[in-house]
Amino acid sequence: MPELDPNVRVGSFSEVPQGLSPEAAVLEAKRCIQCKKPACVEGCPVSVDIPGFIKLIREEDFTGAICRIWEKNGLPAVCGRVCPQELQCEGKCVLGKKGDPVAIGNLERFAADYERHKRQAPQPSVADATGKKVAVVGSGPAGLTVASDLIQKGYAVSVFEAFHKPGGVLVYGIPEFRLPKEIVFSEVAGLQDLGVDLKCNSVVGRTVTLDELFDQGYSAVFLGVGAGLPTFLKVPGENLIGVMSANEYLTRTNLMKAYLYPEYDTPIIKGRKVITLGAGNVAMDAARTALRLGAEKSLIVYRRSRDEVPARAAEVHHAEEEGVEFFFLTGPVKFNGDDQGRLVSMTGLKMALGEPDDSGRRRPVPVPGSEFDLECDLAIVAVGSGANPLLTQTTDGLKTNQWGYIAAATDSGKTSKKGVWAGGDIVTGSATVILAMGAGRIAADSIHGYLSRGEPF
Amino acid sequence: MFEIVRREEMSQGHVILNEIRAPLIARKARPGQFVILKANETGERIPLTMADTNPDLGTITVIYMVVGKSTLLFKGLKEGEGYQDVIGPLGRPTHLEKVGTVVCVGGGTGVAVLHPITRALKEKGNHVISIIGARSKDLIILEKEMAQASHEQLLCTDDGTYGEKGFVTDVLESVMAAHEVKLVVAIGPVPMMKAVCEKTRKSHIKTMVSLNPIMIDGTGMCGGCRVSVGGETRFACVDGPEFDGHLVDFDELMLRLRSYAADEKKSYENQLCRLDDEPDPVKNIVAEE
Repeated sequence: MPELDPNVRVGSFSEVPQGLSPEAAVLEAKRCIQCKKPACVEGCPVSVDIPGFIKLIREEDFTGAICRIWEKNGLPAVCGRVCPQELQCEGKCVLGKKGDPVAIGNLERFAADYERHKRQAPQPSVADATGKKVAVVGSGPAGLTVASDLIQKGYAVSVFEAFHKPGGVLVYGIPEFRLPKEIVFSEVAGLQDLGVDLKCNSVVGRTVTLDELFDQGYSAVFLGVGAGLPTFLKVPGENLIGVMSANEYLTRTNLMKAYLYPEYDTPIIKGRKVITLGAGNVAMDAARTALRLGAEKSLIVYRRSRDEVPARAAEVHHAEEEGVEFFFLTGPVKFNGDDQGRLVSMTGLKMALGEPDDSGRRRPVPVPGSEFDLECDLAIVAVGSGANPLLTQTTDGLKTNQWGYIAAATDSGKTSKKGVWAGGDIVTGSATVILAMGAGRIAADSIHGYLSRGEPF
Repeated sequence: MFEIVRREEMSQGHVILNEIRAPLIARKARPGQFVILKANETGERIPLTMADTNPDLGTITVIYMVVGKSTLLFKGLKEGEGYQDVIGPLGRPTHLEKVGTVVCVGGGTGVAVLHPITRALKEKGNHVISIIGARSKDLIILEKEMAQASHEQLLCTDDGTYGEKGFVTDVLESVMAAHEVKLVVAIGPVPMMKAVCEKTRKSHIKTMVSLNPIMIDGTGMCGGCRVSVGGETRFACVDGPEFDGHLVDFDELMLRLRSYAADEKKSYENQLCRLDDEPDPVKNIVAEE
């Protein structure tokens, strides 16, 4: 896959992988040995017919390929770019045992991008109107999947989005250089063409309550509101100017386009020496964004070691190529500021790895007396996101667990409240786009069963 | 588009009133809640507490002082034009209770936020005394409305051009001496709210303030609006915007409000350059608020 040179790409927000040409795609597709029992499909959370679409690419029927993907995955342009394929389809590919797996993600992306440019695929068919209305709360990957599935099954679907633009984490969280927003908006426009009613600026739990949705005639409600509560470190100095959550940093940059300030009005602190706490995909996004905003130094500070880094392999690789430095086995003690309340440094502490904790990962143990100072004028806290309580606090009868995540059955998405389903990060905690989509698919099937066949809740 | 159905200029064009058509918000909003507004595609999201709502007409009213690029941009919106995005109602509504004698203290455009709360406290059966203060006569707003919403009204200006010469804290002191005050609600520039809280601290009079940190989303997902209350971190957009003033770290809030001061100044000056007929900006507003 051709990629923008690291020295060039840190100066812009253009996409890094530039996409396969049709010739390159066909060549790669020929590598697939069309296994009779495809392990790749088992690795896919939504069971895309991978050998099937790859065969169609090989035969140069690119439109056929996208239609085959669409049977299972409504957002292939997104997934091809952001799925951790190394842990899913490509991780299971038999060719990967001795050499490189088939580049399934790149092929999925190719098929989706080809269709978006050529627009040759027929519109998906929509079943006869059932006369029933479904409300989808949240227009991120889970919500969009539910909307897409149910509009095609003949339901009237309204999507309620709190922000002024749809897409959820696809638009506020993932940077432009990993997922161009034009792609997300194009997908959403496609859903609107099928009849989905998108209501932005609608905060369910404030503008309208969940119970009021039932009063308004919706027969079922799906909650895909995501894990939008920033986790802070709770160390001294965290409220200094220059310390912010990754959610804030990325929302300013990606949704509000602060990287185009002053053409866009929202400002962002453009640190010269930037530290990002954490090592997940969000941390990589933050650290790489900092470089593009002109940082001289962009550091990842992580309390465990390289082996435990949770980010997608491609993102760590891209970050390193671009010059992000990694400080492993280091934790934060406090942030230090000047007399104007601005961050000037972070005091860190070395860590050693001890016994595994509840998550199964080895617990970081502070090394006494190992404090040291890291100069910085911007510190981005990217250590996870919890459950935003805005909706759950204003809704009766919706059972949550001790951390505020909504309790939902894994095989149906049903919550404790009649007529209400949930899926994605608000149920599982921060996870991936594809897992949210998988949960959306399961919930949509269950909603359809409830509304069309009168299955009990 | 959220249409502006009525527009008024006050304080020689420094303070603007917009009555905006937003029926869903108007129906739901309670005193103390705010909205987030965005003028156009490139605009910022900024919070403004609602000064009034009319559920029958389906409108909400905001009153803002022109202090920077976004408020200057808003000022340029005429009746019939409108905001691209208005989100709300956000924040927790004011806790309203009948407690006895209540003093509502408003500074500058804080009076716009104070007005619906004052009215609601009066409707609850409290004896309401309101104190409105501003730098000078032309910055006093909503005098008649506040008078209607209170049983007694006292006015003061820093320069003595209207009402008593002095600060709201001076007037408050005399009110506290003459009445058994059960609750003080103080809304205005941060130094004013801080000063009022210092006045009432020794007498242990419960004092509620409405905080105005920088916000982006307004729904609790970014933490940009975090404030320290009683040593704990709270998000003004979902836990507030009202808090017990005696527990608020005002100094930290004042520091954090300056996070983007340099960018704000530049943006404001560039926007002013684009417009010919703007009056001189009220000095030092950005530094203070």
